[in-house]
Amino acid sequence: MKPFDYVRPATIEEAVQAGSMEGSAFLAGGTNLLDLMKGGVVEPQRIVDVTHLPDLSAIDATSDGGVRIGALVRNADLANDADFAGRFPAVAEALLSGASGQLRNAATVGGNLLQRTRCRYFYDVASACNKREPGSGCDAREGENDGLAVLGWSDRCIATHPSDFCVPLVAFDAVVEIAGPSRRREIALEEFHRLPGETPEKESVLEPGELIVAVRLHAESIAFCANQRYLKVRERTSYAFAVVSAAAGLIVEDGRITQARLALGSVAPKPWRARAGENLLAGQKPERAAFERAAEAALAEAKPSGDNAYKIDLARRLIVRAFERAAAGTPNPLPALPASPFAHSPEAAHV
Amino acid sequence: MSDLPLASSPAHRRHGSNMGQPMTRRDGILKVTGSATYAADNHPEGMLHAVMAVSAIASGRVSALDVAAAKAHPGVVEVMTPENRPALAKDPEDRDNPFMFRLDVLQNDRVRYANQPIAVVIGETLEAAQEGVRLLSPKYESETPNVGLDGAESFVPEAVGPGAPPAASIGDFDAGYADAPTRVEATYETPPQYHNAMEPHAIVAHWTAKDRLSIDTPSQGISAALGRLSGLFGIPVENIEIRTPFLGGGFGSKGAVVSPQVLGVLAAKLVGKPVKLVTRRDQMFGPVGHRAPTRQTLKLGIGEGGLLGAISHHTKTLSSAFDEFFEGSSAASHTLYASPAIATSHEAVRANTGTPMFMRAPGEASGSIALEGAIDEAAEACGMDPLAFRLANYAEKEPISGKPFSSKRLRECYEQAAARFGWEERTLAPRSMRDEDGLLVGWGVGTATFPAVMFAAEARAVIKADGSGVMESSIEDMGQGAWTALAQIAADGLGIDIEELTFRGGESGLPDAGVAGGSGHTATAGNAIHAAGVDVVRKLAELATNDEQSPLFGAGNAGVDARDGRLYRRDDETRSESYADILARAGLSEIEGSGTGAADSAAQEHYALHAHGVVFAEVKVDPDLCQMRVSRLVGAFAAGRIINPRLVESQLFGGMIWGVSFALHEGAKVDRRSGKVMNGDLAEYHVPVNADVPSLEAILVDEEDPHVNPLGIKGVGEIGITGSAGAIANAIWHATGTRVRRFPVRIADLV
Ligand SMILES: Cc1cc2nc3c(=O)[nH]c(=O)nc-3n(C[C@H](O)[C@H](O)[C@H](O)COP(=O)(O)OP(=O)(O)OC[C@H]3O[C@@H](n4cnc5c(N)ncnc54)[C@H](O)[C@@H]3O)c2cc1C
Ligand code: SF4
Repeated sequence: MKPFDYVRPATIEEAVQAGSMEGSAFLAGGTNLLDLMKGGVVEPQRIVDVTHLPDLSAIDATSDGGVRIGALVRNADLANDADFAGRFPAVAEALLSGASGQLRNAATVGGNLLQRTRCRYFYDVASACNKREPGSGCDAREGENDGLAVLGWSDRCIATHPSDFCVPLVAFDAVVEIAGPSRRREIALEEFHRLPGETPEKESVLEPGELIVAVRLHAESIAFCANQRYLKVRERTSYAFAVVSAAAGLIVEDGRITQARLALGSVAPKPWRARAGENLLAGQKPERAAFERAAEAALAEAKPSGDNAYKIDLARRLIVRAFERAAAGTPNPLPALPASPFAHSPEAAHV
Repeated sequence: MSDLPLASSPAHRRHGSNMGQPMTRRDGILKVTGSATYAADNHPEGMLHAVMAVSAIASGRVSALDVAAAKAHPGVVEVMTPENRPALAKDPEDRDNPFMFRLDVLQNDRVRYANQPIAVVIGETLEAAQEGVRLLSPKYESETPNVGLDGAESFVPEAVGPGAPPAASIGDFDAGYADAPTRVEATYETPPQYHNAMEPHAIVAHWTAKDRLSIDTPSQGISAALGRLSGLFGIPVENIEIRTPFLGGGFGSKGAVVSPQVLGVLAAKLVGKPVKLVTRRDQMFGPVGHRAPTRQTLKLGIGEGGLLGAISHHTKTLSSAFDEFFEGSSAASHTLYASPAIATSHEAVRANTGTPMFMRAPGEASGSIALEGAIDEAAEACGMDPLAFRLANYAEKEPISGKPFSSKRLRECYEQAAARFGWEERTLAPRSMRDEDGLLVGWGVGTATFPAVMFAAEARAVIKADGSGVMESSIEDMGQGAWTALAQIAADGLGIDIEELTFRGGESGLPDAGVAGGSGHTATAGNAIHAAGVDVVRKLAELATNDEQSPLFGAGNAGVDARDGRLYRRDDETRSESYADILARAGLSEIEGSGTGAADSAAQEHYALHAHGVVFAEVKVDPDLCQMRVSRLVGAFAAGRIINPRLVESQLFGGMIWGVSFALHEGAKVDRRSGKVMNGDLAEYHVPVNADVPSLEAILVDEEDPHVNPLGIKGVGEIGITGSAGAIANAIWHATGTRVRRFPVRIADLV
């Protein structure tokens, strides 16, 4: 690991200041950053440990009745907060379907948003990777790419954003609060991550020194709490990143959908809000045919970036399933095996 | 550590006999309390830390290493490169036998595979050594590597596995296949797999004198390791001590001494201090062995009534650019199904990969998943139930050799497991079963088989003046339970209570217990241990029956029985004498005996020696999302005498879970251009997690084998994988109607 300075700021202002210096990186749970540093994938000169900052670890109600989640809240703590899980069950489900118990105990909200792709060539410093080393090329294009993007990718980079947590967040219009050197600002999560285009190394809108301080969910989004699901298709039952995942939410009145929310995970360089699919559902009956049309629309722009055409088909099917499950009502309690398509099977009860 | 403070569980013992009892592991408490010392837990005074630098390319040469930068780092003591690596007495490119492998121990600047060791940094701390490795900043002259099964010209290897002929046949396959009314041809592919024992290959090496070496390292074969190190370092075997009381898994990768272990010894020599070297997880994808990928083509000709008339099984596999180990997958077709014509063959290519090695059920695991798939396809082609098809082609004698089986209760395995599983309820057509949630349900079957292998072992037994016993043999416990099962045999051989036994093993300087591999350790070391015990008892009996003062005097012809530390007259149980009394009167402080265990060449000549079994699998598949899950596995196995049913069940479960892994999870993803493993860590190299492991049952079918060895023991360590993987793959076909012939089966294959 390349030697680095370690600083532990006492206030957000100090953190932002230290973070603004060239070569700085914020350290939260470290579950991603430290692995990357050990592998020489990122080599910060200065680690700004934000884990001791005050006031970033609370889950608070906002004045409008929504929820504000501090950037340092641990993934496990948020998922297990009964109030929160009651209002945003699909977010809790997504969190609990991610990584392992140990990792969820360490991983933070801010870190989860900014976790890097799992593209294998990004992690292998001997491979060409435009994201790691701009202009060096992309070894994934002709390599092992069956898990990579089918939406939003560019010739420069076909990597996916692997987060589970971000998928329902983006579906339910989460907002990211940011503290920066000159000002505080906030931005919709949907706008927070950038598509790779010509600059895959720029993954978010954060400027140097900018720190995520909180993620907010509005009161209006709570209206979806009775009909929402997060589903995650994976190659093993737990402790695996998604092949494809989907968060779906519905508001149903008098047998008709008034509003729908849909986002996809592990299909694009960012958590993928699928508005085209949502729009088709307003006014429809919550039935399979409508969900299928929504799925078609959500994937209309998709194209394979390698050996991954199957993900397009799979994503369509998953959207239909997620909406069907959402329409059937949010499960209570949360399934023993969160986000699993098997969760209703009694045979799966042993897990 | 030889005198293990072992806790046994009195709850499950029957008076007078230890063998056959489900004793819990005697080392279990040490392990669950963290007090069992594994190799890397040893820290001799003054120990330094060594870290390997490994190659980032698969073929070429190292053109530069910044040794000066590494050495300048505080805490770095020395950097070992081809320039200064201490000399060896034997060329690391030499090998003398099929169980020895060529090494990469800095003999030159060549790179032959990714993750090959290219330097070793020795530091006062692990961190200093790691930083030294980074500062080496290697430069390479890269060449285009040969990658995968199509990367080079193929050839026919001289031998497959540990020395088996690459081809075998009986009858006229071509004619049989041409004439067959029903023909099935299918090509199956298995990926490269890496052992990934939880405990990495670690060594703590200490030169206690110029020509004396003391080592802690996990080894499945202590005497082979002694011989290897003696040859490499030019010192007598007697001057080397190896301690390996516990292995955190081996699965074949710790059978032979591998490069990182030799580098640890070299590093200790270079710096003149004890050195610890631990292979990092990502470094285990190269220099410590793996299961090579295979592409297997099966052709089956089937006649009336589903009778096989011709089988051919051809395997293409690969070995490294510089050494030989060829996965002998086609041999799976030698044993299981009767057919008048069988032809098996192998071809191979050389690739820029670490050398493949023995990996749990080498040949049988990969071969059986392909054979069981093809047999299922044949049953399908004939419209027959897959179990009925297997029964129709049941081999009453070993098909190619024509030998009778020493014992074979496979029919009983089929019956008992099928009944337990409820196989009768299976519908024939694929995609015809669903559960109450609408998931597709599939039931599949796979036959399991593994040869009853034996090596050679010796043991020494002692009865002491107080009547207690000692058994010594350099046994290796890699988690399978040797400390327990072999102690049970020892206690019975000596006729003493297991609490009265001191059992020494897991280190050199003891009689050679042979290798813990090939599922043959219990059979080999167990027979040696039992014979040693019996030898002592015989000597005690001789003393007593010739001694006028003994209640056993004159019992010579009637004979005596030994139990609970006493000898009993066989024709009059009221006449008995304790070991302690016999020794006291004879004025002896102890009495010693010895025994050996080895394969019986007469038995091998006259009989086919195999364990058998069957596994039935139930899978559930989501009809839209195609996520798969094994929901039930029921196996039945006939494997000779069972020494400890609890441990045997664990071994079989472990094998069956490996079958889940083989069918659905495991596989290295090798970049087709660079030849590098791209998923070399436990997050991305999938093995099942607990949630993937279904309800398991392993029925132990009684089997008495009078031929295989005196105790009638076969082996159970590997057979559980065979059958299971195929059963799961066949169940996926039954659930979905899609026959996936490339493993692991992925969601993408079913969408
Ligand atoms: C083996 C493994 C399996 C995993 N499986 C899953 C999975 O199935 N699903 C899933 O969603 N995730 C998975 N993860 C990823 C895991 O969720 C992330 O590693 C974790 O959320 C990162 O959070 P952290 O607090 O540890 O971040 P860190 O590692 O500390 O930081 C990550 C990045 O975020 C930046 N950062 C952190 N906090 C802030 C802040 N407040 N403001 C600005 N920048 C910040 C850091 O500088 C760094 O660049 C897995 C990880 C591992 C190692
Ligand atoms: S897909 Fe993106 S992250 Fe992966 S190698 Fe290409 S540029 Fe790098």
